[in-house]
This record gives sequence, C-alpha cells and structure tokens, in this order.
Amino acid sequence: MSGETILENVSFEVGKGEFFSIIGPNGAGKTSLIKCLGRIHNHWTGRVYINGQDLQAFSQRDLARFLSYVPQAEGRTLPFSVFEFVLMGRYPHLSPFSTISIKDREVVTSILDLAGLTEFSDRRMDTLSGGERQMVFIAAALAQGAETLLLDEPTAFLDYRHQVQVSELLRRLNKENKITVISISHDINAACAQSTRVMAMKDGTCLFVETPENTMNSDRLQGLYDTSFLIADHPAGMGRIALMEKQA
Amino acid sequence: MRKSVILINMGLVAFVSLLIAPMVGMAFIPINELWQAPGSTDAGILRDIRIPRVLTAFTVGGALALSGMTFQAMFRNPLATPFTLGTASGASLGAAIYIRLGLTFSLLGISGIIFAAFAGSLLAVVFVYGLTRLKSGFSSATLLLAGVAVSFFFSSLILFIQYISGFTNSFRILRWMMGSVDLMGYDGLLNMLPLILIGLLIVLFSSNELNLLMTGDDIAASRGVNVNRTKKVLFTATSLMVGGVVAFCGPIGFIGMIAPHISRLLIGSNHRILIPATILFGGTFLLICDTLARTLIAPVEIPVGVLTALIGGPFFIVLLLNRKGGLGL
Repeated sequence: MSGETILENVSFEVGKGEFFSIIGPNGAGKTSLIKCLGRIHNHWTGRVYINGQDLQAFSQRDLARFLSYVPQAEGRTLPFSVFEFVLMGRYPHLSPFSTISIKDREVVTSILDLAGLTEFSDRRMDTLSGGERQMVFIAAALAQGAETLLLDEPTAFLDYRHQVQVSELLRRLNKENKITVISISHDINAACAQSTRVMAMKDGTCLFVETPENTMNSDRLQGLYDTSFLIADHPAGMGRIALMEKQA
Repeated sequence: MRKSVILINMGLVAFVSLLIAPMVGMAFIPINELWQAPGSTDAGILRDIRIPRVLTAFTVGGALALSGMTFQAMFRNPLATPFTLGTASGASLGAAIYIRLGLTFSLLGISGIIFAAFAGSLLAVVFVYGLTRLKSGFSSATLLLAGVAVSFFFSSLILFIQYISGFTNSFRILRWMMGSVDLMGYDGLLNMLPLILIGLLIVLFSSNELNLLMTGDDIAASRGVNVNRTKKVLFTATSLMVGGVVAFCGPIGFIGMIAPHISRLLIGSNHRILIPATILFGGTFLLICDTLARTLIAPVEIPVGVLTALIGGPFFIVLLLNRKGGLGL
C-alpha cells in the first residue's frame, strides 16, 4: 500500500472454533492484517491458508462464504432498512441472475432473531444508535453464512450495556454456533476474558501469541504498550485483570 | 408494498406521456390519424417526426438518468454524474474531433460518431479510474475535483477545435453542443439504441453490487463483490450509454444528476427498484421538457437543456425542503 511496508513477519495459526483476539497499540497494523485476511486489501505478499487452501485461490464470492468481516464503526449513513441491509449479506449465495429466494429471507429472519434484532427489522439504518448499528453489522456479516468472523474493534465507542450485548452475542456465536472469531480489541481485560488465545502486535510484527493467562503479565504488556500495568485478581473471581498504573 | 405502487404509477405516467406527447405540437394531431389516414401529411408528421423524437427523448433521458445513478452509487457522492466526472465532455471531445475531421464512416450500420464519442468517454473514464487506482484512499471529493478538471480540460480542447474549424463545422459543433433530441427520424435512435441497451442491461444485472458499493468498498468486498472488476464493468456500461447519447444529442446536462436524486427521494435507495424508477423518471422528465421546449414559444424551439434545468432545479429544491433526513445516498 503506497509502497510502504506495514506488516512484516506476522505468522500465526487459528484453530477452528477459536476465539482469537488481536491486541496492540494504535498503528500496529491490526486493521491492515484483518483487511488482508478478508482480502479487502489485495496488494500484499504472503501466504494465508483456509482449511489448507490458499486464500488467493478463492474468488471474492467464494471467500465471502468462508470469511465475513465487520468493519470498524464509522459514521456513514446507510439508506437501507435493517432487513434490507442484512439481506444484502446473502450476496455470496446469489447468482447474478437469481432473485432473492424465500430461503434467503428465512435465513435473515432467523439471524435477526438470533441477534435480538427482530423488532428493528423495518427500522432505517440511519436511525439506529451506535450499539444497535454494530449488532446489525454483525448480523449482516452472519447472513453470509461464513464459519469465520473477522471483527475490527466491535465494541469501540459503545456504552457499557452495548459492549456487554455485543460481547455476549459474539460469545454465543462462538460457543453455540461454532463460529471462529478473530477480533481486534483495545480492551485487554475483555480480550483475555473471552479469548482462547491472544495475539499481540506492535510496529507491524507479531510480538507474541499466548493464552489469556500468560498475556496477563505486566512485563509483557509494558513491552507491548510502552506503559506500565498492574495485574490484579478480579474481585468476583473471574481470572485476572490489568490496570493502568498511571490513570489516563 | 407502497414502493411498488409508486413504481407502477411512475410507469403509468411514462406511458401516458409517451402517448400524449406526439399529439402535441404546432398543430394538434390525434394519434388515430396513424391508422385512419396513414397516407396523410399529419400521419407523416406523427410517424416520421414526432414519434421518433418522443422516443428519442425518453430513451436519452432514461440513459442519462441511469448513468448518473450508477456514478452516484459507485462514488457514494450526490454530485457524481457523467458531467462532473468528465465522461460527457470526453464523449463531446470525441464527437467534436469526428465532426472537425469531417469523417463519415460507419461500422455494422452504426455511425462512426458513436464510436468517436464512446472512445472519448472511455478515455475520460480510464483517466478518472486510473486516478483512483494510482493512490488508494482517494476520497470521492478529490475524485470529483479531478473529474471537473478533466471536464474543463476537454471543454477547452473542444473550444479550440471549434475555433480552428471552418464556419460550417464550427456551427455544427456549436449546435450539437447545445443538446437536442431532435434527430429527424429513426436513424439516430436506432444508432444509439444498441449501446444504450447493452449499458442498461449491465446496470440492471448489477443491482445487488450497486447496493453493496453504496455501503462502502470494504463492506462490498467482504460480502464477496469483486470491487475492481465491478467498477470497471459499470464504468464501461456508463461510457456506452453516455457515448451513445452524447454522439447524437450532445451534452444534455442536469438530468443525470437530478433524476436519480428525485427517484431516490420517491422510492428509496434499493437499486432493485431504484433502477426502473430512475429510467422511468429520467425518460418521462426529458420527454416532458422536450415537448414543452418545442411548444411553449413555437415555432421557436427552446434548447431542451435550458428547460431541464429551469424545471428540474426548483422541483428538486421543493422536494429537498419537504424531506426529512438526507438524500438517501
């Protein structure tokens, strides 16, 4: 991209059914990595395999049936209803000449139900709050029927209730629907609480891939973020949590 | 199902306009002259002058509106049209060169001016598209500015060509630059129809892609749209339509910007229904404007481009003021 190297020496494997979080400071290349994985960026070298198949061997449409992507929240207004927008997620299952089938509509209805969005079905996208909007974006990605979900900071800019709602949905999808989740996170505690493994990125390379337990290490986190952390036990006994030593 | 009712109504208005428009003119001629007195002068006027003109106006209006709609969706920008992006001036340049050189060739029965205009519009499109590829993250506002620059550049070339042309050619170019759907007969219409139909079919079968492109290139790509290929195909489709129209009718402005917006305000942004609505609205609108243009101060004809802006502008502003929310783009 523009001739500069953004990512280098990033090598990792994600198992089926994993909840894989990517953490790291701003500008570490997390978003670029996710976009390369989803082939939203196409100008890069390197090898990615899905179930043993080369990522570049997929057509864009075939790939969309394996991988879906939820972008970082942004303010663009979308002039569609929630149902219309989620239905557009069925694109990889439509041939150029086929029309939307009853089955596609049923899939969308059940996904809206799964995400608790049934009552929003007819709402216009530009009337939704940030939290509702994020849920719809996840639902639209799910409509692709992909087994792997790529997310770019799904809980950024959301209030606490919506953060919980989105996290809860992702947890359910991962546990009950066996969807592999690869998610960028700015919240170390949330990432460690949810994930099977955590990857840390800095300056375009992979610093470490660890279990959540091992990620909760003040030296590791300091090396990653260049600021000091305190590691404490969660008061309610839910593992350990990281706190910034100096308050922001 | 309110939207389908609106669409049916738009279809009815288009049909009635197509039926009435040929009868109106310097003298009122009822349409039944065609079969009641097929040999009469009146029937001849209907058959050879008014009906082809009415059909041309409808086709041209629909094609320009559809081109504008496609560009607006692709660039997610309300100001993107074949005119602001330089496609129309590219086509104009091609046609002006063809006229200046005094060329008269045809291929497969299609006049050479069409090929010249198509080549010109394609040149402009390749240039603008090349800019988007040259630097990723090119904002659509920057792109529009580039398009406007291209447009002015080509317009200057046209003026230059006109300046160095003899009086007859210079007048031909000027007259054609004013924009008109008065082609005298069916030849022009039949010449441009193949290009317009190919372009129309491509856009028609790209409604899902257009919807997704409107949500952003990243999302479109992640849903499985081959964004670059789709854009190339759509650029070619619009070049075909704009080239076809501009070759014979000259650059008729405004309709390509306003008709898609009004259609969106009426019927929403889902391209599955927006595409037919835009064709119907654009076609009917230009047809009505042209009918007024040739009757209002008859026997003098007002250039139709003047009327499209005079009527469309205030109409659009009234719609904007009455609308809650944005443009649906």
